[in-house]
Parts: sequence; C-alpha cells; structure tokens
Amino acid sequence: MRFGEFGGRYVPEILIPPLEELEKAYNEIKQDEEFKRELDYYLRNYAGRPTPLYFAKNLSKELGMKVYLKREDLLHGGAHKINNTLAQALLAKYMGKKRIIAETGAGQHGVATAMASTLLGLKCRIYMGALDYERQKMNVFRMKILGAEVVPVESGSKTLKDAINEALRDWAESFETTHYLIGSVVGPHPFPTIVRDFQSVIGSEVKRQIFEAECGLPDAIIACVGGGSNAIGIFYPFINEKVRLIGVEAGGEGIESGRHSASLSAGSKGVLHGMFSYFLQNEDGMIADTHSIAAGLDYPGVGPEHAFLKDSGRVEYSVATDLEALNAFLKLSKLEGIIPALESAHALAYLEKDVTLKDSVVVVNLSGRGDKDLGIVMEVLK
Amino acid sequence: MINRSLIVFIPAGYPTREKTVDFMLSAHADLLELGVPFSDPIADGALIQKAYFSALSTGFRLRDVFWIVKKFREQSDKKLVLMSYYNPIYRKGIENFVGEAYHAGVDAMLVVDLPFDEANEFVGVCRDIGMKNVFLAAPNTGEERLKAMDELSEFIYLVSTYGVTGVREKVSSLAFKALDRVKKVCKKPVAVGFGISQRDHVFELLNAGADGVVVGSAVVRLIEQFGEKAGEKIEEYTGLLNAINWY
Repeated sequence: MRFGEFGGRYVPEILIPPLEELEKAYNEIKQDEEFKRELDYYLRNYAGRPTPLYFAKNLSKELGMKVYLKREDLLHGGAHKINNTLAQALLAKYMGKKRIIAETGAGQHGVATAMASTLLGLKCRIYMGALDYERQKMNVFRMKILGAEVVPVESGSKTLKDAINEALRDWAESFETTHYLIGSVVGPHPFPTIVRDFQSVIGSEVKRQIFEAECGLPDAIIACVGGGSNAIGIFYPFINEKVRLIGVEAGGEGIESGRHSASLSAGSKGVLHGMFSYFLQNEDGMIADTHSIAAGLDYPGVGPEHAFLKDSGRVEYSVATDLEALNAFLKLSKLEGIIPALESAHALAYLEKDVTLKDSVVVVNLSGRGDKDLGIVMEVLK
Repeated sequence: MINRSLIVFIPAGYPTREKTVDFMLSAHADLLELGVPFSDPIADGALIQKAYFSALSTGFRLRDVFWIVKKFREQSDKKLVLMSYYNPIYRKGIENFVGEAYHAGVDAMLVVDLPFDEANEFVGVCRDIGMKNVFLAAPNTGEERLKAMDELSEFIYLVSTYGVTGVREKVSSLAFKALDRVKKVCKKPVAVGFGISQRDHVFELLNAGADGVVVGSAVVRLIEQFGEKAGEKIEEYTGLLNAINWY
C-alpha cells in the first residue's frame, strides 16, 4: 500500500470501497492466464509490441557514448500510454464495468484511453482542463472521432490537476458502473502499483534487448518524469541491477524562475489526489500552478514510488529546461530522422548535461513521438 | 455534541473573513461547520469549489481561518467543527494546525480526505491537545469500518448519497437506508449531509432518526447570490429550516 512513507489512500470515505474492489480484482486478474493471454494479444497485434531498442548511431557518434532508444514512440497512438490503457480497460471489462472515465493533460492519455475503450466496447468520457482543451484542439478532435465524450473542466487552474479532481468527483458518483482509468503512476493505492506493473513491459523488453545487443546491462537508463509512468515502466525491472537510473523532470523556464513542474527537485511533501508524495505548493499547502513546454510533464506532483526512490537514493533525479528540451528535440530530428515528443526530449537533453556518461552505454526511453508538438515548436522557433 | 441539530456549513473567506464571522453569527444553527478553502477540493461540487477558489484568489490565507474562529468565539459559544482537506494541515504541521485551531476555539475537526485508517498520527495529536474528531461515512461503508470510526468519532457525518456536495432536489433513498444501518451499527450520534437544502429534507431525516442535518451548498448559493448582504438571507433561510425543532 505504501512505498516507504509515500503513497497511501487519502480519499473521501466514499471512494474506499471502489478502491478495495479494484485492488481485489487486480490481485486476482494478474494471476489469470486468460487475462494475460488476451492482454498480450492486444499489446502485440493492436498496440505494436515489442517496440525496438534502436541503436542511435549518429547521435552516439555526436555525443561520444552509445545511445540506445526504446522506441515507445512507435506504438499505436504514438506514446507508451497505450500499454496502460489497454490493460486497465481489459481489467475494467473483467470487473464488469461498462464505462471508463479518465483525465488528460495534453490529450495523449485521453487518446489512448479512447482507443482502448472503443476497442473493448466501453463507454468513455475524458476530462480535460479548459485551458488544455483550447490548446490541444487536434487531440480533442481525435478523442471525439474515436468515440469519446470530452468534457472541458472550468474549475481551478483549468489544467491537468483539475481534470483529475473532476474525474475523482465523477467516480465518487459512478463507481458502481465505471472504472477510473488513471493515466500515470499517481493517485490512491492501488493505482500507482497497477500502472507501474502495466508499464513495466517497457523495462522487461529493454532487459532482453540490451543483453542481445551488448551482452550485458547498460550503464544508465534515462527517462522523463511528469507523473512518472514511462520512467517507472523502464526502471522497475532494473531496480535490483547495477544500473544508474535517472529521471528528468521539467525545469520549465528554470527552477529559480518558479515556472516549472519539478516536484521532486523543488517540491515538498504533501497530500493530493489520494497520495502522499512530493508536490509544488505554497506555505499554506495550496497546490501551485506549473509550467512546462511539454504538456505531458505539466503536473504539480509525482508518483509516490518516485518520491520513495528519490529519498532512498536508488534513482537520481535531475531537470532539463524548456530550452534544453527543445534543442534535444531538434537534434534528434536532424541526426536520426526521429521527431521525439517534447516530454521525451527532456530525457534526451540530459545526455549532454552529465559528462560522466561519456563512453558509456545508455538507454533513453523515447516515450512518445513529437508530431503532436509541431505546433508548439513552430511557435517557439518563429 | 448534536441532538436534533441543524448544522450550517459556511466556507471561510467568502467573500471576506469579516463577513464569514457575520454569516456564522447570523445562522440559526445548533452547530457550525467552517470550511477551510483548498485549491483542489475533490469532494466538493461546483458551488463550494467556486467559493474556495474565490476566497483564495482574493488572498485569503490559512491564518485568516484562525482569525475567523477567534472572532466567532468572542461572540458565541456554539459548537464549531472545522472542515478541511488534509494538505493544509500536513503542510502547517499537524501539531501546529490542531493546536492553533483548538486555542482559537474549534471543538472538532473533520478532514475530508483523511479516512480513519490513514489518520493515526492525526488522531493521536488531536487526543493530546483535546481536539475532537469527526469522520465521514458513506452509504457504501462496510460494517467493520463503521465500527472503527465509531470509536474515534465524536459523531458520524454520513454522506447522504454517492457523489459530491451540492444542492439536490430530493434526499436520495440511499440516505434513509444508510441512516438506518449506521444507527444500528454505531453508538455515536449521526449527522446527515450532502445535497440537503429544504425544510422537508431536514424534517424527513430527523424523523428517520438523524441526530443532525447539515446544510452547506444551499447556504453557499445564498452567499454567491447576495454577496456581503447574504447575512439576512442566511438568517431567514436557516431560521425556516430550524423551525422544525419548535414543533
């Protein structure tokens, strides 16, 4: 239920029974051969797993190290999100739920949820902050085409955290028929564990692939961290191995500017969205507004397991600014012909910030593709 | 603490801390519940969300909550429950928060997103200081959990329906079933809240055995409509609800 002191289940009493129901169903289903077979089928044939581990030879030459990219950007929908949404939608179906609700920031998780819901014949409603709804019109349209109802959330700061608030409010009323398909390793227990387990397929594949390519473990694995699901997914199978694990948060316009989303690097302990973790907040405990050029990292908190891994020292956490991420975005596009998501570009940016990586073997989780970000990048380059 | 009581909820700092004190004093309540504004109130519907957001955006601070309690306490000896989300309490430090609330004149605390099984430290601190606790129960709360919270709670605050706070037309049938069940399991008094706004609602619930009934969003709606002049309206409205006790 907890990762050290972090995690827990800080929700109104009404949500305790649905969380207990979910925990019980999940514990049963993860042993269930039929569930595993069905999920594996969809991951292979619908989502496109396994994804390649690609040796980025031009980038490697440029940086003086061996860089491998885990190509989650090649998955259906263009990001790692589908690993979790397929699995949870299937879980919901096994639980007899008829309806899925989810939150989304930039829209990637919303799109992946809409896909999985449609595939499995579940009704789908996506909550999206009203500001994000305006900024990400194309993804809103994608979700609608895929059959989802998209609801703009007008309360609070009108961004991702408010979309989560609204999804929790919906769930408090609808849990009998509805599964809340949370998009990252956040929220009350058992969500952080469920999402971690479903995303761990990334790291398990890397382990096999890097052994084939290098006959051994990599020196370091790097991933971006917003809520933290792609990072946990690639780190988790390596937790007990001698491999440096590095999470990169969104430094926005710089930590000192106050406009960033680096809750591990610059936040403090607190409770929000059902979990005890690190958050960006003021001295009264009010949650702060955040900023990142990468909408998928624009969240004032972080998954409780990351909070634990930071405090235990097992994972190193760093930041990359908007500008550093943008440069990495352009560099990978020019050198390898791969346009990374701005989120993943934060992980790539770290390669140039750490001189100790020279001559080593590094795996970067390329968690998504950058097509969705072209509008933003075009604006910035003007 | 409650016995056929009308409990009136007022959100702190909406529209100002001074007005909050006036509203609390003008309500015909047997017990008052003061809401601490929070940036992310997940258990609250649109009316209370808006009230909290508005208070925070005018620069309302946590220290103003204690100021309100002190001013109220100077003029009233009615029981006062402070209703908050957990993060402001945790952030200030549990002992600091509970201590300051107690000395300002709060009788009990209800922490919306702190279920009793996450509340060991909090309950311990409250005990040491002399602060009482109120826990939430819901129509779907199992017997074991009800028994456990009965031990810790001054009274049980039963949420009448699934969902969040807000004005509703009718008291859900869930509420009466749940009230029956909770009264059977728990020794402590039971107050029912969420979605209650009309005199009939109050009457029905008290007749069904509730020891208290909470009105919240309906009062907040009056403040939203009449702003600084809402005091009279609150007096009139709560007077009408509380008249039930004169029969």
